[in-house]
Amino acid sequence: MQSASLFERALVVPAMRDAVFKLDPRTMVRNPVMFTTAVVATVATVILVRNLSAGTGDPLFEGQLVFWLWLTVLFGNFAEALAEGRGKAQAQSLRQTKDQLVALRIGRNGATEQIPATQLRFGDLVLVCEGQQIPADGEVVAGVASVNEAAITGESAPVIREAGGDRSAVTAGTTVISDEIRVKVTAEPGSGFLDRMIALVEGASRQKTPNEIALTILLTGLTLIFLVAVGTLPAFAAYAGGSIAVPVLIALFVALIPTTISGLLSAIGIAGMDRLIRFNVLAKSGRAVEAAGDIGTLLLDKTGTITIGDRQASEFVPLPGVAEADLVAAARLSSLADTTPEGRSIVALAGGGEDLPANAEPVPFSAQTRVSGIDLPERIIRKGAVDAVLKLGAHPEAAVADLRRITDRIAQAGGTPLAVVENDRLLGAIHLKDVIKAGIRERFVELRRMGIRTVMITGDNPLTAAAIAAEAGVDDFLAEATPEDKLAYIRKEQAEGKLVAMCGDGTNDAPALAQSDVGVAMNTGTQAAREAGNMVDLDSDPTKLIEVVGIGKQLLMTRGSLTTFSIANDVAKYFAILPAILVVLYPALGALNVMGLSSPSSAILSAIIFNAIIIPLLVPLALQGVRYRPMPAASQLLRNLAIYGAGGVIAPFIGIKLIDIAVAALGLA
Amino acid sequence: MTYLLPSLRLWLVTMLVCVVGYAALVYGLAQTFAPYRANASIIEVDGRAVGSELVAQDFTSAGYFWPRPSAADYDGMGAAGSNLSPTSQDLAARAAETVARYGATPDNPIPADLVAASGGGLDPHISLAGALYQAERVAEARGLPVGRVRDLVQDAAFAPGSIFAPEPIVNVLQLNLALDRLAQ
Amino acid sequence: MFTAILTVILIVGGTALLAWPLGKYMAALFSGRFAAADGIFTRAVGGAPAQDWKQYSLALIAFNALMFVFVFAMLALQHALPLNPDGQGPASLDLVFNTASSFTTNTNLQHYSGESTWSYLAQLGGLMWLQFVSAATGIAALAALARGIGEQASMGNFFLDLQRASFCVLLPLAIIVACFIALRGVPMTFDGAATVTTLEGAVQTIARGPAAAFVAIKQLGTNGGGFFGPNSTHPLENADFWTNCFQMVSLIIIPMACVWMFGRMIGRIKHAGVVFGVMAVLLLVKMTAAIGFETAPTQAFADLPVAQDVGNLEGKELRLGATTGPLWAVLTTSTSNGSVGAMHDSLNPLTGLVPMAGMWLNETFGGVGVGMINMFLYIMVAVFVAGMMVGRTPEYLGHRVEGREMRLAVLALISHPVLILGGTALFAATAWGAGTLNNAGAHGFSEILYEFSSAAANNGSGFEGLGDNTVPWNIATGLVMLIGRYLPIIVPLAIVGSLMAKRRSAESAGTLSVEGGTFGVMLFITILIFGALTFFPAAALGPVAEHLTLMR
Repeated sequence: MQSASLFERALVVPAMRDAVFKLDPRTMVRNPVMFTTAVVATVATVILVRNLSAGTGDPLFEGQLVFWLWLTVLFGNFAEALAEGRGKAQAQSLRQTKDQLVALRIGRNGATEQIPATQLRFGDLVLVCEGQQIPADGEVVAGVASVNEAAITGESAPVIREAGGDRSAVTAGTTVISDEIRVKVTAEPGSGFLDRMIALVEGASRQKTPNEIALTILLTGLTLIFLVAVGTLPAFAAYAGGSIAVPVLIALFVALIPTTISGLLSAIGIAGMDRLIRFNVLAKSGRAVEAAGDIGTLLLDKTGTITIGDRQASEFVPLPGVAEADLVAAARLSSLADTTPEGRSIVALAGGGEDLPANAEPVPFSAQTRVSGIDLPERIIRKGAVDAVLKLGAHPEAAVADLRRITDRIAQAGGTPLAVVENDRLLGAIHLKDVIKAGIRERFVELRRMGIRTVMITGDNPLTAAAIAAEAGVDDFLAEATPEDKLAYIRKEQAEGKLVAMCGDGTNDAPALAQSDVGVAMNTGTQAAREAGNMVDLDSDPTKLIEVVGIGKQLLMTRGSLTTFSIANDVAKYFAILPAILVVLYPALGALNVMGLSSPSSAILSAIIFNAIIIPLLVPLALQGVRYRPMPAASQLLRNLAIYGAGGVIAPFIGIKLIDIAVAALGLA
Repeated sequence: MTYLLPSLRLWLVTMLVCVVGYAALVYGLAQTFAPYRANASIIEVDGRAVGSELVAQDFTSAGYFWPRPSAADYDGMGAAGSNLSPTSQDLAARAAETVARYGATPDNPIPADLVAASGGGLDPHISLAGALYQAERVAEARGLPVGRVRDLVQDAAFAPGSIFAPEPIVNVLQLNLALDRLAQ
Repeated sequence: MFTAILTVILIVGGTALLAWPLGKYMAALFSGRFAAADGIFTRAVGGAPAQDWKQYSLALIAFNALMFVFVFAMLALQHALPLNPDGQGPASLDLVFNTASSFTTNTNLQHYSGESTWSYLAQLGGLMWLQFVSAATGIAALAALARGIGEQASMGNFFLDLQRASFCVLLPLAIIVACFIALRGVPMTFDGAATVTTLEGAVQTIARGPAAAFVAIKQLGTNGGGFFGPNSTHPLENADFWTNCFQMVSLIIIPMACVWMFGRMIGRIKHAGVVFGVMAVLLLVKMTAAIGFETAPTQAFADLPVAQDVGNLEGKELRLGATTGPLWAVLTTSTSNGSVGAMHDSLNPLTGLVPMAGMWLNETFGGVGVGMINMFLYIMVAVFVAGMMVGRTPEYLGHRVEGREMRLAVLALISHPVLILGGTALFAATAWGAGTLNNAGAHGFSEILYEFSSAAANNGSGFEGLGDNTVPWNIATGLVMLIGRYLPIIVPLAIVGSLMAKRRSAESAGTLSVEGGTFGVMLFITILIFGALTFFPAAALGPVAEHLTLMR
């Protein structure tokens, strides 16, 4: 999926327009702090108008205050609109796709009729032919077809979809590029994958996450505290025999309440989801994204995640008394017709070259015998799993024992042995080696530093699994894993108080996906799996789970860091505004004007200008997220505290001073 | 009801133990082992109670050492501080009166404790410097050699908290009693 | 300066050492390690079933209501009751309300002078009793909180806890302290006032009474209510330097021990260490500031021929040593004690700001039990913000901190500035406050601000120049004390009740550790931001304005 650059004109202009529309009180009230800001800005406006008509007050100063107060509100709205806007463009194209869809519905009598896709109901059968778009989410009930899913995933390489098994799910909006399939509709109109995706990228169905709710409460609490701190000032001033103008009080109030983080809060949330989407992972809720940051245990499938999907032949081990050349030749012959990566790697290891002899009859792998091979005149060569090969015929006990010894050794080394037999003579074994992905070991070290345990899930026997686990550096493994084992493992981890993430694709993964706290379903997986998980990976790349964790953490970190920054700003704002307000009551309090701001009104104006423009200045940070590098929590905290806490104290001192110089130079106050 | 009955029983046991038992025990021990202290350190001269060792009393005649100013006018039933801010005009005015009473001059400044009122208004002590400051007046009024009075003051001076509060102080009542004894 | 450092080391360092074994003992006590005593206590109240947070809170409220009603009646009827040798007459009902609230809430704000207002029975049977049981209430609440966080099934039983705190913690320590100070000169008698004829022939009546017993528990239970009007500046309440040291130690020892007790009960001694460290640093900062500011001589004497070489002496007692005033002022307002060893009203302006800041924060060790409970609220906020900053849903010791907990914590934290600033605004702008001042200008404002700070923080000290025995003051501070007491006790129990119900998550390298220095820094900052920033304008208009305007 394409993403727009941050401040693209096409995004900024509509966002500015939306910022104004978002002034609707019904929308504003969702964000109590910004709503409060808007309310007091309204009050300040009313006072300004009244003063203007009465000819009292300082219209230039008060006018500027009102202007910047409203700008503060608008900047907050703008940040949210901009974050939403980036999703909207994507949603637009998705919606177009959806609106154009037509369906060939198969009636009871077998006849087809063409109807708009929106009329399809759950359980309808549709026919999709070559070149047509699939009209609704469903399951292939007959046929096999290659499907281009670029509309959803942005990936143009076609994938195979066929009836039965784990590759039966199809998604509305994708295109059949060969053959035809019959699809049973599994989604009601408006609740399909495409609809959900549109809602997600638009942020329309965005609900506040528990963490966002809690933070909003904290920020509202701070607002109330400062309401009291500022609201009591007139009484204090009255005691000292003076008074403070209401617009000035409003300026102080708005400067103190956490407008910065509140203005950026929803943008941060939307941007977090957006980062995932750009990463081709769809989270079904913001909650799932945050949960990803809390993961304590990561369940990873061995194949494709820890090892590259295919095993490579690494060694030929002949039985005692068998010449290695015989084994190599037999292995090569038997693999010549085998186009799987494993087969090709055997041929390559055996020296390559030479075509299949003309009189050869390849025997493909079959699920019944679980062996493959080649028939030549006088020579029948088979290779396959050890047990399967031994089942083909009787062999001398000594030879079997020798073979077992060899294969056990291979298994212990983390490899998979393939036995090779020619006619009735056991020749030896091929060592197929799992190849650990480059760099994966380092990733696990990183994860461990983040406090995340990695668990390898594999169908291999415990010996092989242990060897690979050690080589890859995972913390634990689950060998010969059945779906029930996975489920049990997840429950056990959860009982120990850990949040568990896993990815899966098959229907049999569905329970485990549903049980896990973060379940990433592969887009190539079954409908059941996609329903059970709370994220869908459009690229079907299980390694991504690791990045997803990072994105989740980044989301929360951005929120926390900007909260800290926002609150830390208050120190400088106090020192800017308070002396300006109080100096009329006690002239000596001018000593608190540590920044040496040029005049009281300039000080107030500068603080409120800083307060407003810091929001758009921080938009890039809010949208991109604070930089996240895996490290222990304590160092992470120290780092962010130094940058956003100390920075938050210092930055406004400099910013307000600079603005004050500009304001004074321009004669604005 | 679930909570009322246990609350009442709790009231009874805490009252018996923490009030009746505790007060009786402390009373018994204090009256047995330190009856003088337990009854407010009342000093008797010839069977007549002349004051408490720990409570300042007013001295105005020139022949006695004067205690620190008292915002409570040395009322043993209504002790109080001035509660004036150090920046207060009223305090400055009061201090000016005191200064005038002692006749302090810039060449002979008065030690601050003689000008500043104590917290309870019953501080029985003055600083050694404050006592020495008054020695001349007292000696003159009593017709004693100044050196004699100074010696008396030095003898009465003590550090209230050894190394933690080494600035020496003098108990005014005891010093004045010693003066009277000297006269006899 | 040297003696100041020595004194601080003696008092604070010495107490910190003593607090460690005391905390260990208290943790054992509240973990039910003393079965025989628990058996007696259980029989005394007719059974002690396990309580959840609601039942525990209700029991606490019920008993505290009884405390209030009983003492209200006793004070109101004192003139008709025995043990009244000085013949104290009836007190006004608003003063009775204020005093009953004040001692029930462990505040001990006193709008009266004890020696001229209450009978011995009222002082001992009413006020001193409350000094025991109100302090025990705070300790009990902390024990319940710790049990909840420490993953126990129930919060314990209030009636049992209150007896443990009263009989096994407060009483033995009170006996030791009372006997010591009685030996050094604090009276313990039931005879009425002594009448003496002074050397100059005047008659002086000297109030006395069973002060030693009263003073001991006043300090140990962070109550602070003096037997005599001027509290521990009165020579019969604080006879010499050593009673002064003993009183300072006893006013801070249980609050310090409470931190260790909490740490042990939740099984996180290192966490308690961090909390203790943060409190100690705050305390140290305040002590340094106060002692430093108080070395400035009395401004009012500046134009007079007065030799000022030991700082500001107005309102201070010579026998207690030069640094005692500010040191005590810090200790008594850091804990919610409120007894005074020097007149706070007469402290230098910026020195006077330090005790106020202590009451605004209200958790640098704080009141017995409740200081740690207040700290718990700050910890909630700190873990919430810090948790996000490390990229995780915030959690405290494996308990997730979410909307409900935040709402409650914020409610309790907001109540403090609302009570203080709201009350100050009302009284500063009206004759209720402005008509009762002893000092003019900014210092007068400070008197009002201090009074509400003291009431809301359940401290009880005052800028005592304030003429606060009026109907508005009595009613307003009475209400503020009640809200300021029970909200911050019940709300944390509710928070823990809510945390207890959640699935507890395991800790790992990715979890925010609450046991390290980094978290300590975070907590420190949170306290300053939430506790102090709100009060910045008020501080500027009170002590800061006075200092900048009048001090030279």
